[in-house]
Amino acid sequence: MRRFFRALTPSAWIGFVVLVSIVGLAVFGPLLAPHPLDEPIGVPLTRPTEGAPFGTDFLGRDVLSRTLWGGRSVLGLAGIATVLAYAGGMAVGLAAGYSRSLLDPLLMRVSDVMLSFPALLFLLVLVTGAGSSKTVLVIGVALVQMPLVARIVRAATLEQSVRGFVEAAVARGERATAVVRREIVPNILGSVTADIGLRFTYSIILVASVNFLGLGLQPPDADWALIISENRAGLTLNPYVILVPAALIAMFTISVNVVGDAVARNLGISTARRRLVR
Amino acid sequence: MTKPVLLVRALRVELDSGLPIVEDLDLDLRGGEVVGIVGESGSGKTTMALALLGFTRRGVAIRSGTVEVEGSALTEGGERSVRSLRGRLVSYVAQDPGAALNPSLRVGDLVGDMLRAHDAGGKAEGKVMAALRGVNLPAEREFLRRFPHQLSGGQQQRVAIATALVCGAKLVVLDEPTTGLDVVTQARILNEIQRLRSEQNVAIVYVSHDLAVVSSIADRVAVMYAGRIVEEGPTAELVARPRHPYTRGLLSSVPDPVRPRRIQSIPGVSVGVGDRPPGCAFAPRCLQRTEPRALMEAPPFEQIDTHHRVRCFEWRRTPSLEWEAPLITKSSAPGVDLLEVDSLTAGYGSRLAPLEAVRNVSFSVAPGECLAIVGESGSGKSTLARCIVGLHPQRAGRVLLEGAVLAPGAARRTREARRRIQIVFQNPNESLNPRHRVGNAIARPASILRKLSAQDADEEAARLLGMVRLSLGLRDRFPGELSGGERQRVAIARALSAKPDLIICDEITSALDVSVQAAVLELLSELRAELGLALVFITHDLGVVASIADRMLVLESGAIREQGGVAAVLSDPQDDYTRRLVAAAPRLVTSPTLPHLSEVE
Repeated sequence: MRRFFRALTPSAWIGFVVLVSIVGLAVFGPLLAPHPLDEPIGVPLTRPTEGAPFGTDFLGRDVLSRTLWGGRSVLGLAGIATVLAYAGGMAVGLAAGYSRSLLDPLLMRVSDVMLSFPALLFLLVLVTGAGSSKTVLVIGVALVQMPLVARIVRAATLEQSVRGFVEAAVARGERATAVVRREIVPNILGSVTADIGLRFTYSIILVASVNFLGLGLQPPDADWALIISENRAGLTLNPYVILVPAALIAMFTISVNVVGDAVARNLGISTARRRLVR
Repeated sequence: MTKPVLLVRALRVELDSGLPIVEDLDLDLRGGEVVGIVGESGSGKTTMALALLGFTRRGVAIRSGTVEVEGSALTEGGERSVRSLRGRLVSYVAQDPGAALNPSLRVGDLVGDMLRAHDAGGKAEGKVMAALRGVNLPAEREFLRRFPHQLSGGQQQRVAIATALVCGAKLVVLDEPTTGLDVVTQARILNEIQRLRSEQNVAIVYVSHDLAVVSSIADRVAVMYAGRIVEEGPTAELVARPRHPYTRGLLSSVPDPVRPRRIQSIPGVSVGVGDRPPGCAFAPRCLQRTEPRALMEAPPFEQIDTHHRVRCFEWRRTPSLEWEAPLITKSSAPGVDLLEVDSLTAGYGSRLAPLEAVRNVSFSVAPGECLAIVGESGSGKSTLARCIVGLHPQRAGRVLLEGAVLAPGAARRTREARRRIQIVFQNPNESLNPRHRVGNAIARPASILRKLSAQDADEEAARLLGMVRLSLGLRDRFPGELSGGERQRVAIARALSAKPDLIICDEITSALDVSVQAAVLELLSELRAELGLALVFITHDLGVVASIADRMLVLESGAIREQGGVAAVLSDPQDDYTRRLVAAAPRLVTSPTLPHLSEVE
């Protein structure tokens, strides 16, 4: 970890600080909110005043308070979805890459089929079919990302599984699970985690898109994407109600990517290669 | 005295940080003369070779000194004027022709581009043809239209040499031109170089790590260590009576295929660019250092004979080489064969287009015996090794351990069978997991194959580190923090950790420097004597075979050509192919002598 901080470039430092502040805002924001989430405090869509630094939304609620509340769901849901996508993707990719049996084409063709659906369409169909709940949303986003992770993991696994130390392990009769866990996983972790930034960003965009379309979280929940969606008609009356959450989402995704790049550089994997595997 | 073609004075090449890579380099070379530059990895020989063209890699610069070819300085004038000299006066042939030739250009363009670059484009095709004829390549239209991948390795290197000579260069710098080629092709290329220098009177700088090859082609040899030439002299004198302890160490590291002798390694590890000590860089490894000043000040380049110079305070005390050092006596117990391979056939490819890498091979290994399997790349020797340890599927035949048939796949063998046969791979960078600490890597076979407890396995690992002459401190290091020779020792220790009866060594020294190779071979000989290990030693180097093996087996295109005692096969090969291999094998010689092409062809 110390090595990681020493290797950070100035731009990565800025990204890191922004990242931490926004996560902090999302986690602790609700404690700081000056007004209740759900009560009108003034005339709808007024510009900033003393009591409401970012004005009010289309129902007259405090934009600042709702923004402070609204980070948890976007970041949390996207975070859980990314973790799930990696768990599933690692399992599928390792199994496909190491098995050298019919399992490999089977798993990969299924992945290809999943990849051929446009992500948003897949989510919309899923939400329509299974109803809109946080669980469905998270699982859906994870499912969309899983084949992408699986593909990278499989490629990295194939590369490692022909190396001498893997053969040495096979020759001394290690069980397949032990070979994968001890010999392969530690060596692919670098190239696999280098992609986390990208995956997380994509998860945020998907979660936000579904919420924006009104198929994820439902009012009166506060959520950055939902706030933008609900208030889009009032853009000219009080631009802050759109700009503030939009800027937060944008800054967050950018900082995740900047930090992700720094991690990748640290692990010796060039951005060019990451773009390729994407 | 003719004027020298190449004149180098006080050349110093530095990294941007000011660390020297090459220092105090003086070198003269006349037309038609071949000087061999010998050094191990990190000695600065490639940097020096490039500096002879006034060129440096990125991050490196020629700081001072002069390089003159035919009176024109390559270290002065702008890039443009120096560039016009390159190719015309001095040219360069890189180590790997496969990488140095642009794969998207045809032979005609590869050679012709050199002419066009120097505005000699008129009648280009005629000159290209002449250059190709000069290196014994077919001077035909059809050949000009070929791409590099359609040529063999030897042909590629000939094209590179033709390109170097097409503009009539007076000096050619050859950087490891035969490394990576098989010995027969190597012998042909060496003959070619020898012929060219006498026919065209070019001066040749031949850079190599292989003293045996250099001694067979060079008139003079310069030995580099840590960026300096430590000894320079006529080949005959330098090989017969080396004066610098490093030269002597290198020479006694070179195994000889015909006159087997015990090879001796140099203690210590060669120094990299960053950690060269002050004073004599070799002093910390030197056995005859008495004067403490060698640690403080660099010895001068002393003229000890008309043409023989050496950089050592103590050169008078350097003992002469022990050419007849006896081999460690080997014994193989009679009785049942430890390993038997019976009509083994294995290959690659699909069922529709099968490719047989190993065809109907049978042999056996007695307990404690060392069998060498010799063959060029593609002879199927690695596939054979992998079949024996159960990493490659067999098509037909059997592998038997003490008379019991082994299952083809490692996973289906008994633990005892897996324990008794171990394998050490060619490249320790590949065979050691970069994420496992050395101690854990060594302990693993002991715990999984011998069921030792974690603590016992750790103790075993510590004991084995000592056994392969590594310090206990390396236990917590990662393989990336070790030198190539240390890594290969760790790989050997890992194999020993299973307490095997037989170790398959698959080209385990071919990625190592010659002095490191000597150390690994010494270690294996000692371990055999100590533990009664049997070895199957796979190599392409007949010198190595002679110094370690009892019996040998020659493999070509997957089939056995000849099999027998090492001394018998090497001194009186019966098979045509073996005869060619033996004739082409480079040997340390005191005067440039090349195998006659008739013997090689």
